[in-house]
Parts: sequence; C-alpha cells; structure tokens
Amino acid sequence: MTTTSDPTVAEDEQRPEIGRARLRREDERALTGRTRWTDDMTLPGMVHLSVLRSPVAHATITSLDTAEAARAHGVVGVWTGEDLPEQGAMPTAWTVSDDMKTPPYFPLSVGAVKHVGDIVAVVAATSKEAAEDALELIDVDYDELPVVVDPLAAKQEGSPLVHPDLGTNVCATWGLDSVTLGTGGDAAAVIREAESDPDQVVVRRTLRQNRITPAYIEPRSIVVDPNAEQVTMWSATQVPHIVRILMSMTQPIAEHELRVVAPDVGGGFGGKLQFTREEALVLLVARRLRLPCKYTETRSESMQSSHHARDQVQELTLAAKRDGTITALDVDLTADMGAYLGILTAGIPLLGGFMFNGIYRVPAYSFHCTDVFTNKTMTDAYRGAGKPEATFGIERMMDELAVELDLDPIEVRRRNWIRAEEFPYATAAGLTYDSGNYDQATDKALAMFRYDELRAEQQRRREAKDPVQLGIGVCTFVELSGLAPSRVLGGLNYGSGGWEHSTVRMLPTGKVEVVVGTTSHGQGHATAFSQIVADELGIPFDDIILISGDTASSHKGMDTYGSRSLVVGGMAIVGAARKVVEKARPIAAHLLEASADDLEFVGGKFSVKGTTSGVTIQEIMLSTWLAHDLPDGLEPNLDADFTFDPENFSYPTGTHLAAVEVDTQTGRVRVRDYVCVQDVGVIVNPMIVDGQVHGGLTQGIAQALYEEIQYSDEGQLTSGTLADYLVPAAPDVLRYRTDTTVTEATTNTLGVKAVGETGTTAAPPAIVNGVLDALRPLGVTDITMPCTPLKVWTAIHEASARATEGQVTA
Amino acid sequence: MARITVNVDGMNFTHEVEPRTLLVHHLRETLGKTGTVVGCDTSNCGACTVLVDGESIKSCSVLAVQADGAEIETVEGLAAADGTLHPVQQAFHEHHGLQCGYCTPGMLMRSVCFVRENPEPTEDEVREGLKGNMCRCTGYQGIVSAVMAYSQTAGEQEAGR
Repeated sequence: MTTTSDPTVAEDEQRPEIGRARLRREDERALTGRTRWTDDMTLPGMVHLSVLRSPVAHATITSLDTAEAARAHGVVGVWTGEDLPEQGAMPTAWTVSDDMKTPPYFPLSVGAVKHVGDIVAVVAATSKEAAEDALELIDVDYDELPVVVDPLAAKQEGSPLVHPDLGTNVCATWGLDSVTLGTGGDAAAVIREAESDPDQVVVRRTLRQNRITPAYIEPRSIVVDPNAEQVTMWSATQVPHIVRILMSMTQPIAEHELRVVAPDVGGGFGGKLQFTREEALVLLVARRLRLPCKYTETRSESMQSSHHARDQVQELTLAAKRDGTITALDVDLTADMGAYLGILTAGIPLLGGFMFNGIYRVPAYSFHCTDVFTNKTMTDAYRGAGKPEATFGIERMMDELAVELDLDPIEVRRRNWIRAEEFPYATAAGLTYDSGNYDQATDKALAMFRYDELRAEQQRRREAKDPVQLGIGVCTFVELSGLAPSRVLGGLNYGSGGWEHSTVRMLPTGKVEVVVGTTSHGQGHATAFSQIVADELGIPFDDIILISGDTASSHKGMDTYGSRSLVVGGMAIVGAARKVVEKARPIAAHLLEASADDLEFVGGKFSVKGTTSGVTIQEIMLSTWLAHDLPDGLEPNLDADFTFDPENFSYPTGTHLAAVEVDTQTGRVRVRDYVCVQDVGVIVNPMIVDGQVHGGLTQGIAQALYEEIQYSDEGQLTSGTLADYLVPAAPDVLRYRTDTTVTEATTNTLGVKAVGETGTTAAPPAIVNGVLDALRPLGVTDITMPCTPLKVWTAIHEASARATEGQVTA
Repeated sequence: MARITVNVDGMNFTHEVEPRTLLVHHLRETLGKTGTVVGCDTSNCGACTVLVDGESIKSCSVLAVQADGAEIETVEGLAAADGTLHPVQQAFHEHHGLQCGYCTPGMLMRSVCFVRENPEPTEDEVREGLKGNMCRCTGYQGIVSAVMAYSQTAGEQEAGR
C-alpha cells in the first residue's frame, strides 16, 4: 500500500488534484467506440416502436383507422390515444402562478393535434423498418383549425385559440418588482419622472429572442425491459431520477417497480432535461406487450418534438441620468410556451426575471411576464434557461444607453456595475451576489483584446468607407447557476428540491466508490469529481471511481441541469468524503493508541500531531473490513452519505469582447476575434473548464448568427432538419482567447462557481452588439437574431433608403 | 435480399441484406459494430463517418449493397490490438477533442482520411476539412488542436520510416 510519505511516490503525485488539467478518464471508451448509447442496446425478443406525428399544426382528428397497419408484416401492435386509457397526463413541474393554465397533454394525443409533430399513434413491430412502413398504413382525417404562431398575436383578443377549452392563449402571468420585494424604488414612477426631466434619459426598445433548439447530436433513444423484478428503462436523458419519479407519479407504475438508467448520453444542453412522451409510450407499450421495446427518434422527429427554447419578445425601458447612472429598469416580457407545458416550460422566463439587472446597481426594477400558447413545439430549458435571454436584454440596453449618451460602452457599464467592495450585494430583483470583481476581469479582457487599437482601426475603416466595417461587441455578465436552494425553489412553486446527494464508499482494498445523483453527458464528472475526492481523502486519483446515472445504484439525486453538478453535486461529495474521514478518526486513534483529538489528517494519513508515523485511511479501511480489532460500538465500514442543500445560487461572471467584421456588400458577419475573461471561482480542472467555455461560446455565437427554428404562418416547421437548421461546423467559428480571474465563491467550502452556461449567456449580446456597432454609422439600429447575411444586408439597405427618403423630404 | 461480403476492421462478414439497408445500419444492427453512430437523417452531421477503401464516407449515405467487397475501417479498429491508442485517438485525448463523445467516431475517421490527404494542414484547412462533421460540445477548438497535433505526429512517423 502506498502512503503519501513514501519517498518512491513522485513529487508530482503529491500536488493537490484540484487545479490540475487531468486528462479525462472518460475519453478512452469514447475514442475506441466502446461507449454504450441507448440505441446500441439489443435485448432478446425486443420490438421496435415508431410513432405517427401530425403533419398539420392544429386540427381535430375526425377519424383514425389503424386496422390496416395492425395487419401489416411484422407489426405486433398499434395504439391510439383512445386505445391506451391507462396513459396518464404528462406533468409540468413548475406552476408559476395561481392563474397558470395547464392544457391536457398525454403521451398519445386524444381527439386533436396542437402542433406539427404532435403524436397521434404508436406502432410496435419486429423491426424498425416494419414499424415505419406500417405508419404509412394508418389513415387519419384531420379537420384543420385556425393556427397562431406569433406570441404577440396569440395575446390579442380574437386570436385563434390553441386550447379552446381554456378560453385564452395566456398560460400565466408573473411578475416581481423592487417595491414589493422591499429592495428598491418604484420603477414606473421613476421612469415617468425621468421622461420630463432634462437631466435624465429614457431608452425604450423591443428585442426578440429567436426560437432555437438544443440540437444534441445523439438523438433521444429509449429501451424498456419489462421482464425483471424492476422494470428497467434506459434513456438518453440528463435526468434519470426525475424521469423515474414523474413516471411513477403520472403513469401506471409504482416508483419502486421502476429503475431508470442513463447510460452514455450524447449531449444534453437542457434538451434532455425532460420527461418525454416517448419515454412514457415505450413504458406503456412494453408493459402491454410484456416485451422489451426500443424507440429511437430520427433527427427530423427530434427537430419537431424535442423541446425548443428562448422565443421571447422583450419590451424594455431603461431610465438613467445623463452621466449614465441607471435609475430604473422595467421589463415587459412575452414568452412563447408553444402548445404544451414541459416540466420547466413556464418557469424559464421567470428565472430570467431575476437576472435582467445583470451586474449593475439598479435602484428600481419591475418585471412582468406573460406566458402564451401557440401552435408550435413546446419550449423549455436550453443551456442557460432564461438567463441568456435576460442577459441579452440588459446588455443590448446598456449599448443603447451608451449610444444615447455618446459614451463608450465599457464606460457606461463601469459607471453602473457593483464594485468589488460592495459584495455581498443584494440586487433589486431579490438575489444576493456573493462575490465578484468586475473591474479586474474587464481590465484583463480589454488588455488581451487590445481594445484601444481596435477602436482606432474601426475609426479608420469608417473614415475610409471600407466595405468591410469593424464592430466591437461588449458583454459584461453575471450568471445565476447551480440550481438551487430548496426553500427558494419552494417559494417559486417549483415542484422539486434543489439538493444533491452523494455516497462515498471505501472498499476493503482502499479503493473508493463515489456515488452521486448528478449525471454526466460530456462534462467530465468522473474526472473532476475524482480529483475532488483525491484531495479530500488524500488518496491517488486512480484509486477512485464514480457511479452515477442509474437509479438502482445512484439511488437519490436531482440530476444535471442549470450548472449544478459541481457547485451542488460536488459539495455533496465533499460532505460525504469528510464524513468518511470523521468515521475513520476513532479507528485511527485506536490503531495508533492515541487520543482522537490529538490526530491530524493530512495527505491521506492520520498521525499524532508533531510526529511522522501514522496510518493511512486506506490501511484503516482494510482493518475496518477485517473488524478484528475495532473500538467498541463502531460500525465496520467507512461509508458515508451526505445530502447538500446549497444556501445560495452560484454567480459566475465575466467580460466578453468580440471583434466582428461585417461585409456591407454581402451582409456576411465574420467574428475576427473573441476574448473572454471569466470568474468561475476556484477551478477544479482547467482543461474541462476551457472545454465548457468553448462549447458554450459556440452555441451562443450560433444563436446570434446562425440558428433559428422557423415556422410558416400555417405552423409548418420550415427548419426541420440539420440541412436547414444551421448548427455551426468548424469553419463557422474561430479560436477563442480565454482567461480567468478568481474570486472565490463564499457560499461553498471549495470556493467554486459554475461554468457550463456562461458562453450561451454572454456570447449572443456580445456578437449582436458588435454587429450593430459596425453598422450604426450607416443608420442601422437593430437586427434580430440570427444576424444572417440576408437580414444584415436588408437592414443596411433599409437604413440607406430611410436616409435617402429623409433627404428628399427635407 | 442480396448477399454481400464486407471486410470490417480486418474481418470478413457475409450476410443477406435488404437492398434498402444503409451501410450504417448494416454495420450497427447486423454486424454489431455500434462504435459507428447515427446523428441525423440528412447526411449533415457526419457522426457515421467510416473509411470505405480508404475514403472517408458518411455511412448513412451509402447502401450496404454498394459496399459489397469493400474494406471498411471503423473507430473500433483504430487502436492497436494491445489497446494502444492510435495517434489520432491519443491527440483527441490530450487536446480535449471530445466531451460527450457522440460525434467522436466520425470525427476520428474523417481526421485520419483528412491528414492522409493533407499531411501538413493549416488550422483553416483543418476547419474546412472537418466541415462535414458536427460537434455540439467542444466548439471545435479541442478538435482542431487535436488534428493539428495528429498531423505532426503522423508526419514525424512518416519521416521516421
């Protein structure tokens, strides 16, 4: 057995693990094709399911004949909503307000369809091909109904109703304001006053958040084996624990009868944070047939039916003094729910409601949100979930304020942001930011970016009327991450706690199993969490293994979303590891014939203070397992459970700067340079952090420049494949320049903050601010995302036409 | 049904296949070679990329019958028999060229073919060379670094021979 005092151990191995760019232990299986994705699974006797989806956006089903399909080659069963009376309604986990309306939403639609891709029937057959062939034999008559796709139109009197029985398309209204919270002044009153005060300005803008989709590369897949003591479901999900509990609360199966496993899962980004109709359907059919069943979506099905995100109209009013100091902010939001409610749908805009203040001192704040139904696929969480939308709103407004007052966009931010000495800082939205230093990160970013040189180049290009204009985009942001303190979630009517659970188990030979309730789909949990445990227990990294993603072995948990894995899950692990050490202490005292109080635990070894001899925790474990000589009354194990409920959210921050070149002749936008300096607290594994930042930035840039889910006025999805929904490829993005500053989180013992959502939060406003910065001299004041060449070109030409018209009228 | 023989990672497989069967489904479902995966139905994502007679192709865009007699290399044949990673795999590992790993088999196979065609690529050429393969996790930075590093290793090995 090795001990840390062993001179043969390389010095390198005695360094703390936290902070080391450990190469990931997850990689080898993926690199060699030995991963196990759900769709890789085949079970004896397994049948394959395919579902029939609505080709129209809104209709009554007048007839549905499955007889011919049921007789087709290889088919073992066909079901419609009426054939599955045991199906339960799909749940939503977040009732945001007393007035919230929850429309009926079943695994199989009954009597009507509400969006393209809505599920009408399911076929089970001996092969996927046979199931797909049989779909074509199902005869459906649709009586088409009027459709509404625009969320503002949906709010209007007389608009077609998505759910006529509800009598309205308004799902819920929700708000907060600093007067009610006792955190600040009356925003409406301040804005009214500012309007007639020559020493103040009022800036009003309406901004749109484009509808996008997570677009994980692994399609969702589900396999259910009903023929075991526990019915076992393998699903490409981020949330096996949530799927298990919601399945048992809504469908005909008890919680203890169901085991849910998330094996290797290919991406998530919030897109696999859902309890899906397809999961319910596979379970229902497998139990009917008493056969293992598999369903794997096609990409086109994924685009139609896995949830979309963002899709908001933001009406923003910002009041400020002439020196740039903000006096009030009012936000009136219309958020598109789509046709149904997923588990978090209505809560996503609410999360954003807390973040429209950004990193700024806002003395008066009001937020009002209207959630509306449309005949589109439902929206729900996507990397950032509500916060990128809010950050876009405030960061666009800061630029508008800068233009209004003719101030540098950095300067206007600097005059408003919370200073390092003001932390912890209570915001007007009711949050308490624990720590940060915005000057430090911004100064570092400006230096890396060579801000002044770029401004000079921009000026030269403007004067030379260069067809390619340079724009500089700024975003200084804070994120609300690490969901979440349970009592806060309770106060928001969120139907779940925010704690996380871990068990740390010492094995007889001194190795360690770490069990945790968060699940990984690319974030490198097995590596990062092992690094944490290695430091806590003072044992080698390679002696630790992580167990997660299976409700049978990782029996409690709240899963992975909202950047909670490290800041909540990681802290549960720390708590459990520290309990293991305390369990070992009296045994060590016994073995060393010393008082427990005289022992110190350093580098994996208990020793009497001031001496070098001692016993390692791994040696203690072997002795505990033998149990030949334990102190009276001690259990012969070194296992410990810990459930961590955070006291606060986590608030990573940073400054993003984009240099964008806009070709005014073609409308093409090229991001020439992108610098971000972020404060994500103490860093466990810098390589993994970089990877998370790069991935998030790419998705954020994609929202700004490339991606949009589009519907026709008839509710037809016109961007339903990866051929017409532009996920960026390698040539579409650049090499980012990133760095960090560190202010430790004060709300957890490791000082860590979150990182996964920072890129999608900060990049969209940085890019759009940059595009507009390039084009403002041409009279362009807004372009909605994504800033495609056509939109940019059109905006330039419309601005030029307006200017010409102005000259003519003058 | 048609009778075809394919050589996959050095082993011959003869089977009856439906004419409509795509090569990727033949590999995954009939031969159990699940290392190659499916990400889309429009040949945009590249997750199913394999080498057919040395050329990188998207195995969802070829019928199994078209591959009759072909030599196919997949991700499962890249590492040496003793488990030593292929230099391209090692480079992806060292440069954090993967996160969830779903696009990785296709990325690796495309990279092998690309570096063979362009042994001393610039970074822009690497990006262009990978444009048919989508990754949603890494932002491509780790992947591009990995392929640059791999091209150097491959070049050195070539020079050493």
